[in-house]
Amino acid sequence: MAEPVPLLRTKNLTMRFGGVVASNNVDFTLGEVELRCLIGPNGAGKSTFFKMLTGQLVPSSGTIAFRGRPIAGAASHEIARLGIGIKTQVPNVFNGLPVRENIWLAARRRNTPTQTKRLVDEVLHKIRLTERANELVGYLSHGQRQWVEIGTVLAGEPELILLDEPAAGMTDEETVRTAEIIREINTTRALIVVEHDMQFIKMIAKTVTVFHQGQILMEDTIDVVMRDQRVRDVYLGKRIAA
Amino acid sequence: MADTAIPCAEGPIRSMELAIIIALDVLNGAASLVLLCLGLAVIFGMMRIINLAHGEFVMLGAYATVISANAGVNIWIAMLVVAPVFVGIVGIIVERCLIRFLYGRLVDTMLATWGLSLFIIGLVTTVYGNTIKGVPTPLGGFSIGAYRSSYYTLFLVAMALLLLALIYAVLRYTRFGLISRATMQNPGMAAALGISPSRVYMATFGIGAAITGLAGGLLAPVSGVVPTMGAAYVAKAFITVVGGGSAIIAGTASASMLFGFINQIGAYFTTPVFGEVTLFLSAIILIRLLPQGISGRFFKRNL
Amino acid sequence: MPAVVRGALNLAALALAVIVLVALPDLVEVFDLMQITLFAAMGVLALSLGFIWGFGGILSFGQTAFFGIGGYTYAVAAINLGDSTGAIALAICVPAIVAGMIGYFAFYGRISDVYLGVITLTVTLILFDAVNSTAGDEYRIGKAALGGFNGMPSVPTFNLPGDPSTVLDPTQGWYATGGALIVVYGLLRLILGSRFGRIAVAVRENEVRASLLGYDPRIIRLAVFVIGGAIAGLGGALYTNWGAFVSPTIFSLSLSAEIIIWITVGGLGTLIGPVIGCFLIQYLTSQIGSQQTFNSNLILGAILIAFVLLLPKGLIPTLRDLVMKAARALPRRGTAIEASEKLVGAK
Repeated sequence: MAEPVPLLRTKNLTMRFGGVVASNNVDFTLGEVELRCLIGPNGAGKSTFFKMLTGQLVPSSGTIAFRGRPIAGAASHEIARLGIGIKTQVPNVFNGLPVRENIWLAARRRNTPTQTKRLVDEVLHKIRLTERANELVGYLSHGQRQWVEIGTVLAGEPELILLDEPAAGMTDEETVRTAEIIREINTTRALIVVEHDMQFIKMIAKTVTVFHQGQILMEDTIDVVMRDQRVRDVYLGKRIAA
Repeated sequence: MADTAIPCAEGPIRSMELAIIIALDVLNGAASLVLLCLGLAVIFGMMRIINLAHGEFVMLGAYATVISANAGVNIWIAMLVVAPVFVGIVGIIVERCLIRFLYGRLVDTMLATWGLSLFIIGLVTTVYGNTIKGVPTPLGGFSIGAYRSSYYTLFLVAMALLLLALIYAVLRYTRFGLISRATMQNPGMAAALGISPSRVYMATFGIGAAITGLAGGLLAPVSGVVPTMGAAYVAKAFITVVGGGSAIIAGTASASMLFGFINQIGAYFTTPVFGEVTLFLSAIILIRLLPQGISGRFFKRNL
Repeated sequence: MPAVVRGALNLAALALAVIVLVALPDLVEVFDLMQITLFAAMGVLALSLGFIWGFGGILSFGQTAFFGIGGYTYAVAAINLGDSTGAIALAICVPAIVAGMIGYFAFYGRISDVYLGVITLTVTLILFDAVNSTAGDEYRIGKAALGGFNGMPSVPTFNLPGDPSTVLDPTQGWYATGGALIVVYGLLRLILGSRFGRIAVAVRENEVRASLLGYDPRIIRLAVFVIGGAIAGLGGALYTNWGAFVSPTIFSLSLSAEIIIWITVGGLGTLIGPVIGCFLIQYLTSQIGSQQTFNSNLILGAILIAFVLLLPKGLIPTLRDLVMKAARALPRRGTAIEASEKLVGAK
C-alpha cells in the first residue's frame, strides 16, 4: 500500500545562529486537514520552526517537503504562492492602510476583481470587522489587529495555515471566537497553532507536539501531554533526560 | 603632494624609487580617508546617525585652522588644537539644538543634516566669501632618487595611525569608552544603571565632530579651502564607512586602506577624477558583495 | 469620502489644470511664462521622486542621475536624429533602462534602503565626474560633441511630431511642458489606483507581510524605480528643451538636494505636494538670487531644517489635516444643539 504524501514533512531540520542551535534535527509530519498544536516554553524553537516553513529563515540543514515538494530555503513569496499562510508572532499587517485594503491585497492575488470583492466581504464578516472596514489598522486594538492578520491569511485561501500565538492580547470573548474560527477553518484546511494559553489549546487541540530546546520532546493527544511529567518539568525549567 | 611624473624607465633603481613613491601616495590616500572617516564612523557606528553635514565639519576644521594660522597662531596649534576644539563645540551645539529631537527618525535626521550642511556652507560663504587665503604645507620635502615627496605625507600617515590607536584605546580601555558602548547598545539599561544617555549622545557626537574637525585641519594645507570643499568628502566618507561596516576601528581602517589603494592606483593610471570614479565603482561592488560591509564578514565582533 | 465625490473632485481638478495650462500664456509676460515652464519641467522631476519615495518607499538621493541622463540623451538624439519626437522617446527609455540595471543590482542584492540612497548618490557623482571630463572633440556620440564642463549648446528644441522643421515657440513649449506635467500626474494617479500601485504601497508599508501574501517585493520595487527613472528622464528632456542647453551641472549634488527639499516642504506621500514644493522653492530661489544679502544655500538650509523640525509632514498633508480638523469641528447641518450633541457623542 503506497503511503500518501503528507501535507508537510520536515527531516533533520536544523537552524543555527552562530553558536546557538535554535532548531535541532526536527522531524515533523502533518497530514491533510490536520490540526496540530505546538507548545513549549519560550525559546523552544517554535517560531524559528515557523519562520523556516515560510521562507523567512533559510535552514542551516535539513529538508522541508510540502506535498512532496522541497521548499527549504525558498523565498517567502514563492512559498506563499504554493499555499502556506502564516500569522506571525509579532503582527505583520499594513498599519497605514484600512482593514478592507489589507484583506483586498491578500485576496486579489489569486482572484478576479469580482471574486475578490465577494471574498473580502466574506472574510470581513468572518473576522467581525465589517463595521470597521475603512479604519486604519494601526488604530485598532491588539486583538482586532490579530484578527486582521488572520483575515489576510484566510483571504489568501492557503492549504496550510500557521498561527503563531493567535490568542495573544485577546479578551476571553475574542479568544472563544478565535477558537471557533480555527475549528471552522479546520473543516477544509490544515493548521498548526502555537500557543501558550492552555485553556485555548484545550478548546481546539487534538494532537499536540511539545518543543523543548529546539527539539521535539513528545507528540500525543492533549490529555496525555498535559499529564506527562516531563512536560511539566520542561515548563518549570527543570533539566530532563533527552 | 608627491611628484609622480611618468618615468622614463631607466633601470631597476628608477622603478624601485617609483614604487616607493607610489606606495607613499597610496598610504597618503588611505591616511586621508582614515582621518576623514573616523569621526563619521564614530557617529554612524555608535549612534546610527547619518550626519550629512559631515563634509561641512571638515570644512569648518579647515577654516578654523587657516583663519587662526593666518592670524598668527602657530600652525601646529591651529591644526591640532584649534580645529578639533572649535568643531567639537559646534558638534555639541548641533546635537543639542537639532539632532537631539530626531533620534530614531533616520530619514528626518538625514534631511535635517542636509539642511544644516547647506546652512553652514551659506553662512561661511556669506561671512568669508568664496575663497580664502590658505596655509602652506609645513615640514618641507625630501627626495627619493629622482622623485620628490613631502614629510607632511608621512606626518599624515602617522596622525592617522595615532588617531586609530587613540580611539581604540579609549573605547576599549577607558571607563568613558565602556559607558559609550553600553549606552549605544542598550540606552534603557544604561539609564537604569545611572548613566544619562542624552549626555553620552552629546559627548559622542561632540567627539566625532572634533575628530572630523581635526581631519579638516590636517588636510587644510593640502587641499583647496573653499566653502564647498566638504561636498567632495561627504560621499567618499560615507561610502568608506558603509563599506567598512559596523566595526569602528577595524572596518574604517580596512575600508580606507582598500579604497585608498584603489583610488590612488586608479588616479595614477588615468586621472584623479577617474581615480575617484574607480573608488565609487568598487565601493558599489563591495556593498553588493558584502551588504554588511567589510567588518560584517571579517573582524566580526571587533571594535 | 464616497468614490463618486472623489471622482468628481478629481475631474474638477483636472479641468482646472487644463484651463490654467491654456490660459496662462495670455495672462503673463513671455519672460514669466518661460520661468513657469522651467518650474513645470522641474515639477516632472519632483513627481518622479515623490512617486518612488512617497509611495514606493524608495529614497533615491540621485534622481538627478536619471534627469541628467534624460537631458543628455535628448540632446544627443535630437542632434543626431534631427527630430525631437524620437529624441524624447529615447530620453524616456534610456534612463528607464539604466534605472532597471541599478534597481536590479540593488533590490535583488538584498541591499538595505539606506545604502540604496548612498549608491544612487554615488552614481550621480560618477556621472558628474565622467561627463565633466568629456571636453575635447574626441568625445562625441554620432554628430553630437559632449562638450565636457562646457556642456552642449544649441540643442534642437521640440518640434511638432513628424514635422522637424516646425519648432515650437515659447507658448507651445509651455503647452508641451505644462501638458507633460499634467499627463504625468494623471498617469501616476492611475497607476496608484491600479492593482500594481496598491501592491507597491503595501510593499512600502510592510515588506514582510507583502511577501507572505505572495507578492515578490523585489520586482515591485524594481518596477517602481524604473517608472521613476523614466519620468525623471522625461523631465530631463523638457529641461534641455527649455534652455536648448545641457551641461554637467544637471548632475550636481545641489540639485539632488533640492528635489528632496521640494518634497519635504510640499509633503511626502502626496503627488501634488512635491509639485507645489518644487514651484514654491524654485520661486523663492529665484527671488533670493536677485538680492545680495542672504546666500541662497543659507536660506534653503534653514527652510529644510525648519520644516523637518516643525512641519515634518510637509505643507499639503499639514493643510489637509487642518482642514479635516476644521471640518469635523464645524456644525454640519441643523441647529447648534444637534451639532454639539454630535461632538459630545463622537470620541
